[in-house]
Amino acid sequence: MHVLSRSSLRKVVRSAISLVSFTLLLAPFVLISAKPAKAIPAFARKYGLRCSACHETWPILNNFGLKFRDNGYQIMNDRDAPIWQNPSYWPATFRMTPIWHRFSNLQAVDTYTGASTANPYGTQAVERITSSGVDLSGLDFHTGGTLYKNISFYLLPSSDPTGAFHFETVMTRFDNILGSSWLNIKVGRFELNNLLSEKRAVGLTADGGIYQTYHFIPVGDGNIFGQMGDNQLGIEYVGHSYNDRTRVSAALLDSNDGNVNLTLGANSYSGFFTFDQAVDAGKWDVQRLGAYAFVGQAATYYKTSGGVPIAGSGVGNKGFSRIGVTTQFYFGPHFDVNFVTQHGEDNAWFGQGYGNAVATDGDGGVTCTGPTATTPGCPPNNTPGTTLSALARAPSWNGYTIEARYVYSPTLIFLGRYEAERMQQQATIGTPQNIGNINLWDFIARWNPFMSNRAGMALQAEYTVMHQVGTGPTVGLTTANLNDNEILLGTDFDF
Amino acid sequence: MRTGLRKWSLLLGAAAFFALPLTSWAQLSTADIASRDNMEAHIGNLTGHVNARSTYDYKRYCVSCHGDLGDGNGEVAQWLDPPMWPKPRDFQMGVFKCRSTLTGSLPTDEDLFDTIARGLDRSAMPQWSQFTKQQRADLVAYVKHFSPRFVTEKPGTPITIPPEPEVTPERIKAGREVFARVQCWKCHGVQGMANGPSASTLTDDLGRPIAPFNFTEGSRPKCGDTDRDIYKIFMTGLDGTPMPSFADNIKPDEAWDLVFYLRTFMQGASKAKELAKTMDLKPVNPNP
Repeated sequence: MHVLSRSSLRKVVRSAISLVSFTLLLAPFVLISAKPAKAIPAFARKYGLRCSACHETWPILNNFGLKFRDNGYQIMNDRDAPIWQNPSYWPATFRMTPIWHRFSNLQAVDTYTGASTANPYGTQAVERITSSGVDLSGLDFHTGGTLYKNISFYLLPSSDPTGAFHFETVMTRFDNILGSSWLNIKVGRFELNNLLSEKRAVGLTADGGIYQTYHFIPVGDGNIFGQMGDNQLGIEYVGHSYNDRTRVSAALLDSNDGNVNLTLGANSYSGFFTFDQAVDAGKWDVQRLGAYAFVGQAATYYKTSGGVPIAGSGVGNKGFSRIGVTTQFYFGPHFDVNFVTQHGEDNAWFGQGYGNAVATDGDGGVTCTGPTATTPGCPPNNTPGTTLSALARAPSWNGYTIEARYVYSPTLIFLGRYEAERMQQQATIGTPQNIGNINLWDFIARWNPFMSNRAGMALQAEYTVMHQVGTGPTVGLTTANLNDNEILLGTDFDF
Repeated sequence: MRTGLRKWSLLLGAAAFFALPLTSWAQLSTADIASRDNMEAHIGNLTGHVNARSTYDYKRYCVSCHGDLGDGNGEVAQWLDPPMWPKPRDFQMGVFKCRSTLTGSLPTDEDLFDTIARGLDRSAMPQWSQFTKQQRADLVAYVKHFSPRFVTEKPGTPITIPPEPEVTPERIKAGREVFARVQCWKCHGVQGMANGPSASTLTDDLGRPIAPFNFTEGSRPKCGDTDRDIYKIFMTGLDGTPMPSFADNIKPDEAWDLVFYLRTFMQGASKAKELAKTMDLKPVNPNP
């Protein structure tokens, strides 16, 4: 055993005291300067607010987020204009959704039974096809914000699942005109003022990613214009009380279903009107009750050249309507239920498939260019002399969506949704009452490992089941029901 | 030499040892703050509490600026650069700008309740008017529980504001004289444009740069934009800032005169502004 001499021991003690002194001197600085590492999307980055300030869970807006949007992406602190921002600030956000996706549905499949030279594929049978793999549910480039105090814009180039890009949203807003929160105007292509926003739905599956209630049309119906879930072209007036408790909107829209270049009913318009009122329910939070009406006209006859419908020539307007109520009930901070109803009616001409003779792909591209009468698959055209069958009548239906959310925290949400669409009156006498009826269930668990004012990422698990009567594959004289189910696991992030 | 170094090391080490508890102040204050979990707020018939809801709301909406400990050190505080973007309020200090009470005293619960809904213009503090009144009352209790002042002191008594008189040209002229006499122009400028000779030198109580209010910009005054609010601002002062209380220098009647004169600078329609157009109202002369 090595024994230290007295002087050596003193040296060691002094060194130890010096070391401890040095450590103690440094300690306050280390402790004081220690900061948690922080990781911003566009608006959160601009205002230094967490995503959770505006979002119940990203991307669903809470009441503060709704007010922020209604104010034209402003928190109204007189520092909203870009002139007040650091010059390096760029109001852009990218949203991506890499996923693993399993899709299963029924299809008519060749059996090769009874195959012959004349019939090389044999008979067909209804069979379930299941496919799975890594997939993308879309890619969005969001950019928006203020151009000046009370003047703002939003531009959203977006890809569909095939990677094809289109402009989902292109608009300019003029807010608080004459200093009044009741006078705001929006022009361009924008989402309708739906209280339950489809564009902010957390569902990512093919069937669960949209609200069926917002898109439902009867089987064989040609009215693609009354799609509340699609962004539409037009001009919208929005008014709201200072605290956003009372909201009202009226939009004048092209009956084009948002398609650019005036390809469809260039001479027809529709209107979308909403009203909602929120009330202070004390500890139960703010409860909101509203109503909407989507009424308009769209063309059924497109003039032709050599039999081919001429885009933008639509005349012979017929009417349609969608009306309903919407509610948002909060039961404290963790649980809320959203409810939307719809009663829809289309003119009998739409019910027989008229209305979309130019047949677009939904993004302005024309998919049917053949002469209407002779090209299979092309929608009918109400050319002069056309009459409806005596069995034709105006179809009508009722539907509802109920979406319940349990928000454990802004970073963890469980969501369940049920949608039901029920035909009230079929377009053709004799058609079974339930043809076209839909039931959809969607279950989502979404966890954000981090959600700061710089970036957000969600891990999502989703299961969707959808049934529709009489729209599955047809084999012989029998048409099966549509019967899809989907499983999705993936990430959804933006920065 | 070595002995001297040793002595200094020992002295500094001892000093640091005794100073160490200060470094753990944050940890201690967590327990200290928790000890005030029974804090209440009373606004009319409402009673606010520190409870699960207020904790949830604070963490969802407030914490990114004001921080977990209410010390104004939230994650984004570092990005807020005064004077353009004032730093978040340190609730632990118990010092608040917008009060109806005399300078140096605590605000009433109603003052904090109103501030949450009104927000603070020209800062990162939005108007949280979407909350229910109960939510706001609970948040007031939550804000109060950060500061020991709310345990040891009672809120001040709200100042008495006499009824607003009729605005007249004479009152506007009298307000101009008050504006000159108490030297508002030194910070706010002779035309209320925040360009007085002292404007660029102002700092708050923590030594951070701060800008005087620009009356001409179109903004709402931080603590409310009614005439009564403006009256309150200069009669109570904005504690923590260089804006003092003028309660000892301005008589209540004169205070209304000053309110009317200030209105002539401000955007938006007002009777004072209309009358000012008919008067030959020149800016005050800083060098009479």
